[in-house]
Amino acid sequence: MSEHETTAEPGGEPTRRDFLFLTTGMAAVVGGATVAWPFIDQMRPDASTLALASVEVDVSSLSEGMSLTVQWRGRPVFIRNRTEEEVEAAQAVELAELKDPVARNENIPNAEATDLNRSAGEGMENWIVMIGSCTHLGCVPLGQAGDYNGWFCPCHGSHYDTAGRIRRGPAPENLPVPPFEFISDSMIRIG
Amino acid sequence: MKKLVSGLLSLAFLAGLAMSGAAFAQEEEHETPHYPLHKPEHVDWSFAGPFGHYDKGQLQRGLKVYTEVCAACHSMDRVAFRNLEDLGYSEDQVRTLAGNYEVEDGPDAGGDMFMRPATGSDTFPAPFANPEAAAASNGGAVPPDFSLIAKARAVERGFPNFVFDIFTMYAENGPDYIHSLLTGYEEAPEGTEIPQGTYYNPYYINGPSLAMAPPLSEGIVTYDDGAPETVEQYSRDVSAFLMWAAEPHLEERKALGFKVIVFLLIFGTLLYFTKKTIWSRIEH
Amino acid sequence: MSGDHSTYVPSSGVGKWVDSRLPLPRLMHDSFVSYPVPRNLNYAYTFGGILMVMLVVQILTGVVLAMHYAASTQMAFDSVEKIMRDVNSGWLLRYMHANGASFFFIAVYIHIFRGLYYGSYKAPREILWILGVVILLLMMATAFMGYVLPWGQMSFWGATVITGFFTAFPVIGEPLQQLLLGGFAVDNPTLNRFFSLHYLLPFMIAGVVILHVWALHVTGQTNPTGVDVKTKTDTVAFTPYATLKDALAMVVFFVFFAYFIFYIPNYLGHADNYIQANPLVTPSHIVPEWYFLPFYAILRAITFNIGPIDSKLGGVLAMFGSIAVLFFLPWLDTSRVRSAVYRPWYKVFFWVFAINAVFLGWLGSRPAEGWYVTASQLSTLYYFAFFLIIMPLLGMIETPRRVPNSISEAVLSRKNGGSGQPAAAVSAPEDRA
Repeated sequence: MSEHETTAEPGGEPTRRDFLFLTTGMAAVVGGATVAWPFIDQMRPDASTLALASVEVDVSSLSEGMSLTVQWRGRPVFIRNRTEEEVEAAQAVELAELKDPVARNENIPNAEATDLNRSAGEGMENWIVMIGSCTHLGCVPLGQAGDYNGWFCPCHGSHYDTAGRIRRGPAPENLPVPPFEFISDSMIRIG
Repeated sequence: MKKLVSGLLSLAFLAGLAMSGAAFAQEEEHETPHYPLHKPEHVDWSFAGPFGHYDKGQLQRGLKVYTEVCAACHSMDRVAFRNLEDLGYSEDQVRTLAGNYEVEDGPDAGGDMFMRPATGSDTFPAPFANPEAAAASNGGAVPPDFSLIAKARAVERGFPNFVFDIFTMYAENGPDYIHSLLTGYEEAPEGTEIPQGTYYNPYYINGPSLAMAPPLSEGIVTYDDGAPETVEQYSRDVSAFLMWAAEPHLEERKALGFKVIVFLLIFGTLLYFTKKTIWSRIEH
Repeated sequence: MSGDHSTYVPSSGVGKWVDSRLPLPRLMHDSFVSYPVPRNLNYAYTFGGILMVMLVVQILTGVVLAMHYAASTQMAFDSVEKIMRDVNSGWLLRYMHANGASFFFIAVYIHIFRGLYYGSYKAPREILWILGVVILLLMMATAFMGYVLPWGQMSFWGATVITGFFTAFPVIGEPLQQLLLGGFAVDNPTLNRFFSLHYLLPFMIAGVVILHVWALHVTGQTNPTGVDVKTKTDTVAFTPYATLKDALAMVVFFVFFAYFIFYIPNYLGHADNYIQANPLVTPSHIVPEWYFLPFYAILRAITFNIGPIDSKLGGVLAMFGSIAVLFFLPWLDTSRVRSAVYRPWYKVFFWVFAINAVFLGWLGSRPAEGWYVTASQLSTLYYFAFFLIIMPLLGMIETPRRVPNSISEAVLSRKNGGSGQPAAAVSAPEDRA
């Protein structure tokens, strides 16, 4: 609403006037832009969402070769007690063969995508915890399926191996490992 | 033309008077006698006025009064433990504090509900399972939830106070009322009949007496910051705490408001001179 | 006045290309840049622009609030509290929206009283005025339904009382109320449909506003003298003159708006609305929002039966009639002079009317007892008498002062020491249709 003519009139005092008009116009622009902020700000995750509790999962009933899917921050998290064969198959893979060589493990940032770095760690190699959301476009992959007998996303055909690493298909990254820890032998806290 | 403008302005002012009629008219019993019998007394709150801010020490004491006294009957459903960081507690302190409470969660794998220690994202657990249980334990009167109580109680201000309130920014009706109520219990005057099981309090908004017994007494809560352990002090602290519970963004609101109004005044001044310069080209 | 010929000249190739296909920039230029406005408009004429901005403020804040609001009796109150506590900037947006409604009404009432004072409803602006009354009605409906959404005590009982109006009508009353509520009492279906309509109506308001502005640009604006624009010297270009003046008034208006939002955001509300709706307990004193109070007072003033019409129906009819009468205003005013500036008696009655309207508002906030009832009845009487008796009669018996020959003359005579009104003969009043 504060459009204005900045053309100096003959005989006027162009500099002082122009300065006034310019300042007013700038104030209008700054004010308008600032007002836009709350309207955008309100769309960010709100305080209650950000503070969402971590999830504690009892995995004592999960024997070798069994999986569990729990919900964390609105997304599925796969918890799998892998079989010996699965672990061995995953360990046998050379890093060079991987499409994404980064572990994508929030607990050890920037690590290499070895099977150990993808799993729950030394002595816990059989445990793997991943966000079950395909890194392509977010579908939930099927377990123990696909060319590598790991996970297979039916939406667009992404194949993950038994360590949840992307091997073939359109997905760009390995399935992400959320922050988690074993708080006891049978309890995992995710988040 | 000036006349009309001033006329419209005074009209707007009068409209202001009328509209505030609405603001103060609620909750008031107009059949004789009028309640409350006494108007709430004004307390000098730290959060009043354009630069108002909460006194964190006071809020922490108020929290203590709430948890040790009020929480036995009054829920506070909308306040989460994580919000207590506003009171100056660290995340760890909040976790410890929340850990003292048990909340129901579930169902677990077997389909049963179970109790677990509260975390930051849980709200204060209610003392009663439902309003019916609350009423049954409290002589039929449901103790109101405390999340919004400081905004849900306002005693009629009356003319001309409600007009002055616009200019004095008076918005502390709630905490003033709570403080007056908590400190206002007294013996019923001779000849005043009050229903059995109620306590005479001339500051009570809905009658001469209420079902809640005087909840505070000297020394009932131990303060560790040296503040006096008196009913007066407890009452102030818990009133301030309840104001925070009802309006946690008050400080942010007032601070932002100051910036906005300063900007508008500067922008308005610039516009005034721009407009004057442009209009000086013509007779009007 | 307008629509004579466009002065828009596209400056670029793209501009020419667009102009020959969809001349929207031309329309904007002709409506808001080169559009001529009387040079003697005062600040009372800035409220039209302020109202447009307020409509935009309400729609924008409303749309984002709707992203967080849940229209269900189980969740509505909680979702509003979530907005106030957890949503980023949520408290700001909600307080803007809630106080925005009040400031929308403050602006619209000033706008209406300006129209009443300067005779803006008189020929040839009847349709312009009627569209304005339609906007007022839509605003009232929108505001009422919006107030129900937070699902507080006052929301619930306000909705109960207001939908109860319809039961006053014989035979169709009860079914009509049930149709409106979707049940026997205000409940989930009511809340859902009110949310839907509360979202819809502002866009209908925007549509009628376009018609209102269109009608305005056909007839041109009135001005404080009430004399029609005759020559080019009577007008100035909308931009920069009117835009700057409007912008200045808007910023001043926004200072007051911001003061309420940031310092006394609950001043205009009811404390009871921070208590969740409870269908079993009525608050001890129910009052509508302040902007409905004068009409509420009129409703309650009818405490007696009028022939076959009982007091309940009478009250509802009087209340609806108090707005309906505005539709007929252009034909109720018989004066040949447009502006109150030259009508010494009308001016007096006008100000009494304005004060009476405010007084009615105050009475609306009082309980219906004692002398308040009598006062409401007298005030209501004057409200209707002003339109139905004073306006038609005064036009015939009042001797207006001399009306200037043109806007320029009025402006210049004021500038040159304002020799007042020369005792010349009463000029022919301007009333060309």
